[in-house]
Amino acid sequence: MSARDEILGTIRRSLGVTGTERPRHSAVDERLAAAPKGLVPERGNLSGEALIDLFKAQAAATLATLEEVDGLDRVPEAVADYLRRGNLPARARIGDGLASLPWGATALEVTTGASDGRDLVAVNRAFGGVAETGTLALVSGPDSPTTLNFLPDYAVAVLKRSEITGDYETLWARLRERFGKGVMPRTVNWVTGPSRSGDIEQTILLGAHGPRSVHIIVVND
Amino acid sequence: MTAHVTSPQFKQNATKALADDQLQKAMSNVRQGFIDKRAAVAAKLPEFEALRDSARDIKNHALQNLDLYLERWEEKVTAAGGQVHWARTADEACGAVLDICRRVGAKTVTKGKSMISEEIALNAALETAGITPVETDLGEYIIQLRGELPSHIIAPAVHLNATQVESDFRRVHTHLDPQRDLSQPVQLLTEARGVLRDKFLSADVGITGANFLIAETGTSVIVTNEGNGDLTQILPRIHIVIASIEKVVPTLEDVSQILRVLARSATGQEMSVYTTFSTGPRRPGDPDGPEEYHVIVLDNGRSAMLGTAFQDMLRCIRCGACMNHCPVYHAVGGHAYGWVYPGPMGAVLSPSLIGVDKAGHLPNASTFCGRCESVCPVRIPLPKMMRHWREREFERHLSPATVRSGIAFWGFFAKRPALYRLATRAAMGALAWFGRRKGAFKSLPLAGCWTQYRDFPAPQGGTFQAQWKAKRGGR
Amino acid sequence: MATVLLDTQSAKTRPVRPRVALFVTCLVDLMRPSIGFAAVKLLEDAGCVVEVPSQTCCGQPAFNSGDRATATAIAARTIDAFAGYDYVVAPSGSCAGMIKAHYPELFAGDPNLARKADALAQRTWELTSFLVDVMGVTAVAAKVEATATYHDSCSGLRELGVKRQPRQLLASVEGLTLTEMNENEVCCGFGGTFSVKYGEISDSIVGKKTGNVAASGAHMLLAGDLGCLMNMAGKLSREGKAVEVRHVAEVLAGMTDEPPIGVARQPAA
Repeated sequence: MSARDEILGTIRRSLGVTGTERPRHSAVDERLAAAPKGLVPERGNLSGEALIDLFKAQAAATLATLEEVDGLDRVPEAVADYLRRGNLPARARIGDGLASLPWGATALEVTTGASDGRDLVAVNRAFGGVAETGTLALVSGPDSPTTLNFLPDYAVAVLKRSEITGDYETLWARLRERFGKGVMPRTVNWVTGPSRSGDIEQTILLGAHGPRSVHIIVVND
Repeated sequence: MTAHVTSPQFKQNATKALADDQLQKAMSNVRQGFIDKRAAVAAKLPEFEALRDSARDIKNHALQNLDLYLERWEEKVTAAGGQVHWARTADEACGAVLDICRRVGAKTVTKGKSMISEEIALNAALETAGITPVETDLGEYIIQLRGELPSHIIAPAVHLNATQVESDFRRVHTHLDPQRDLSQPVQLLTEARGVLRDKFLSADVGITGANFLIAETGTSVIVTNEGNGDLTQILPRIHIVIASIEKVVPTLEDVSQILRVLARSATGQEMSVYTTFSTGPRRPGDPDGPEEYHVIVLDNGRSAMLGTAFQDMLRCIRCGACMNHCPVYHAVGGHAYGWVYPGPMGAVLSPSLIGVDKAGHLPNASTFCGRCESVCPVRIPLPKMMRHWREREFERHLSPATVRSGIAFWGFFAKRPALYRLATRAAMGALAWFGRRKGAFKSLPLAGCWTQYRDFPAPQGGTFQAQWKAKRGGR
Repeated sequence: MATVLLDTQSAKTRPVRPRVALFVTCLVDLMRPSIGFAAVKLLEDAGCVVEVPSQTCCGQPAFNSGDRATATAIAARTIDAFAGYDYVVAPSGSCAGMIKAHYPELFAGDPNLARKADALAQRTWELTSFLVDVMGVTAVAAKVEATATYHDSCSGLRELGVKRQPRQLLASVEGLTLTEMNENEVCCGFGGTFSVKYGEISDSIVGKKTGNVAASGAHMLLAGDLGCLMNMAGKLSREGKAVEVRHVAEVLAGMTDEPPIGVARQPAA
């Protein structure tokens, strides 16, 4: 008997089931189809300015930094300013999804594609933001390499105001709208602040392996 | 293959731990940090207690239908281009990893933190096969350098102080300038980050665990703070996930419910820094990500826990809150438990996985203070299950003879009130008479296990029931 | 009568002068009868008619040692002994918790006994929570000059929710100042047979507790369970720390003439 059949067999014997019970199958299929939300905390049940304010406050609590700009076209300028403020070289790896922005109007040297680990700064397009915990959601794909979220020391994420949701459940609804029910992009990254570790004497230190700094640019659209 | 077990020597391990000043100093950090942070973050979320109920219910539902959810999950993994490998035992799981590594000619594998990897002793298997495993979680990296097991399921090196880490780094990182200051945790982190960055970029295979498997989408989920798990899985050509069967939950919504209590219970964060949902290998057009995605799904005795008094233990989401709040864990640290899972969750799970004959001390070494259950995010009745183990030991005559005869002696009188009144009155009278001058005994026959450490307060003399009868007659 | 009564929700459904069986617990019975008399005084002051049926032990030592047969036999006796009272009250969260939380579980397989176990569980209370939550007592008429700290024993705290009740009553004791120690909800390391089976670990845990007691600056340590009190008193005595250790009932009843736990009645010769 294969390992698979034996394991499933033991599970069924232990549970006292055969695996052919129709009510169990329908209960499982219904749950997978309906994906009930469960208990969604009230905290994120906001709209308009209050929702954005919660996202900003929660992101700040995770030690991310955040700024707002008016329109996607202002993003290159904001990135350039951010680098200048941090005394960083005017160079960045950007996700292809941002390549059409007017980078030429700045003094920044930008390259696209995956990171090879030598980028100090990367700018990536986020899929969404979740206000309840100040969490960014980024999905992998041709326009947004996953390496950009982890290899550079400074990670910048660009997000439209309309892409900020109150809770994770609303984010999943948006994702299903984009990719289809039951289908996921190769990677969905939730990022809640900069990388950290408390493994030595429980001292929290930033930049363990991933970015030591996370900067969020919210685009007012 | 299973990691070396010293659980039968729990008492000796504990004696050693209690005499270890470095360890005692390190454990005092646990007593403060984790507990206060959890309490603060739980207080900030009004729905926290109700979310614990929700998380418990989801896991219960998933376990009751585990066979079906595993099948649905497997279909989705395969549809996304991933491969599922089923492993009955630790050996089969290690074998599956080695097969993949050998096929691609792997020399170095990077690893994200995985308790399953510890359970199956994967590093030893890889090394035997001539493959170098590199732990990349900072805590796991440190204990790998020391050849130790983790002492905590989310903070593997919590038993160490910075000076110990410094000396390990100086011993192993031979490139280090002896003049370089490594006295601060931040300097140690920088050193480890530098060393591990090269490993991430050059590894052939990346191995991670999984906090959850999602049936709806065929997704594996890891939750980390450092980002090492992500670098482990996106840079090498091959990503192997090792997960045990009970990790499967139905939907994205279900996992979100549980995530709301996981980090809060574990580290006191509202959410861990990185929660990563991985589904299959790199897609056409993707600029990065692994070309192969494998999941090794391990049973190793869990399927037999279903339908028993220990089924609830399979709800465990490995947050570590039970050990963070355990006075016994605080006293002896994780290594004393003698295998990979310490603290209250280990005291229940280890006997299931390695046998109660080996791990019999663990469910006994508890005061039943109940603090573990009071903080468990999925409300596992840990003391009750430790008691179940004690019952099994009692039935199988594994409990110590002194305990058995003591209980039998006491039970004999407790079942016979008249005899009890007679015997206790005489015994307490005598004890009171001997203790009348000091009020407490420095030593006492048959109570050496007590008086070795504490004085034994003398009884006042005369039992309450006898005095009551004398004063009030009858009732 | 010195006790102040409050008309609480549960007070509405209880008899005016309830018949209360004191479950004195084996430790109090054998080691420190004065706690039993303090409990009787508090219950009578609150308007209860107190009786003491013939009794032994709740069976917890056997239950926690995995000896279910002995535990069940003792529990069955206890259920019979305490049948027919309006309430059963114990000066112990641990023993009351055994009856309230674990008796129903012990007899889950036996519908007839399970019904009796449930009935007893519903009528059983830890002393301070009974006084406050059932009898509506808000103050006692005691006077004790002391700075005290209170240890929350585990079973009472986590199985029965005993936390504010002893503090509320202690606040009414004339001359008493309550100063909270750090980690007052952390186990003292007693754990019944644990204290002898794993004496060394138990000692490490109680050592942290006595450290917290000493750091609180209190010179009196109170708790609601004699097992914990004997453990902590024994450690304080071994460490030579001069802290007076008493059951909370003794202070609430104003009955502090007896020497504290672990101290001789007559001065040492």
